[in-house]
Amino acid sequence: MCTDCGCGPSGHHHHHSPAEQSPGRALRVEEDLLAKNNRFAAANRRLFREKGLLVYNLVSSPGSGKTTLLERTLTELQSELHFAVLEGDQQTSNDAERIAATGVPAVQINTGSGCHLDAHMIGHGMENFAELPLDIVMIENVGNLVCPAAFDLGEDAKIALLSVTEGEDKPLKYPDMFRAADILILTKVDLLPYLRFDIEQCKAFARQVNPRLRIFELSCQNGAGLPCWYDWLRQEIAAKRSLVRDDGR
Amino acid sequence: MHELGLTQHLIEIAERVARENGATQVRAVKVEIGALAGVVPESVEFCFDVCSRGTLLEGSRLEILFIPGRGRCYDCQAECTLDTYTVTCPECGGFSLERLQGKELRVVEVEVD
Repeated sequence: MCTDCGCGPSGHHHHHSPAEQSPGRALRVEEDLLAKNNRFAAANRRLFREKGLLVYNLVSSPGSGKTTLLERTLTELQSELHFAVLEGDQQTSNDAERIAATGVPAVQINTGSGCHLDAHMIGHGMENFAELPLDIVMIENVGNLVCPAAFDLGEDAKIALLSVTEGEDKPLKYPDMFRAADILILTKVDLLPYLRFDIEQCKAFARQVNPRLRIFELSCQNGAGLPCWYDWLRQEIAAKRSLVRDDGR
Repeated sequence: MHELGLTQHLIEIAERVARENGATQVRAVKVEIGALAGVVPESVEFCFDVCSRGTLLEGSRLEILFIPGRGRCYDCQAECTLDTYTVTCPECGGFSLERLQGKELRVVEVEVD
């Protein structure tokens, strides 16, 4: 049978001009473009669950203080909690070296021209920590307030950082990221006296975009707000452990 | 910027479907892109031309079906159109908007020879 017009095998000959070509075979698909990433994310989530790991995905623009917050947090909490860090950057292993200097195992993932970490990279990154007893894995994403919002890594939550040297309207300008995050950390608050940054306005903007956001304000220079952040991490790990115990029953 | 990787996935999906169905050439691909998916359709079109070269999709037509955003207010239950920058309910001014439609990002049809 002629697939162009449906004529039978009677042997008549004709030519179809392109304009009268039938549309060919249409195949229904319904496959999500993020499906591949989401499959890897689901596998990561299973792995994290089996190991009872708490996993956070730190996202922000470059220079908002992700690595500094990690350095300080790891230095002060590693005596009570076992951490590991996956560091994402386009180039260099500078950040992994900074983290490794605290004594916490860190692996650098270079994305090259890529603008975000994806779930496949995280799965391979985790292979480096297979033998370690861990409580918390911190994933430091590539500094970018756009693309990482779309990629599930299998994490428990995305933590967005925003430094007070940026504009207070960033949550309105990059709503996808602030909507994807569960936690917002306002960093460098020791600089507030020198800036025209309205922190209450910033929090109001962030809550407009995402009313569920839990917001921390802190400074890694003078330590303000850090105890509150640490207490929250301790609560989260305690909740995770009790969940794992319930699972095991 | 992440449109490049997504377009590569799009082409992988369409090629796989075409091969599974014994086709040697893809004529067209239909893709749904929602207004809230965080993806720029023009950017996908641009990447498609580049990424499809040397694949079963070379020279094929990319049809993008744009899905507008729809939302519902948790406070007053009113439904409204949403774009990425809508943060308040146009009816009551509330901030708690549920996204009903517009996150779509999927290949819906592959047309083959």
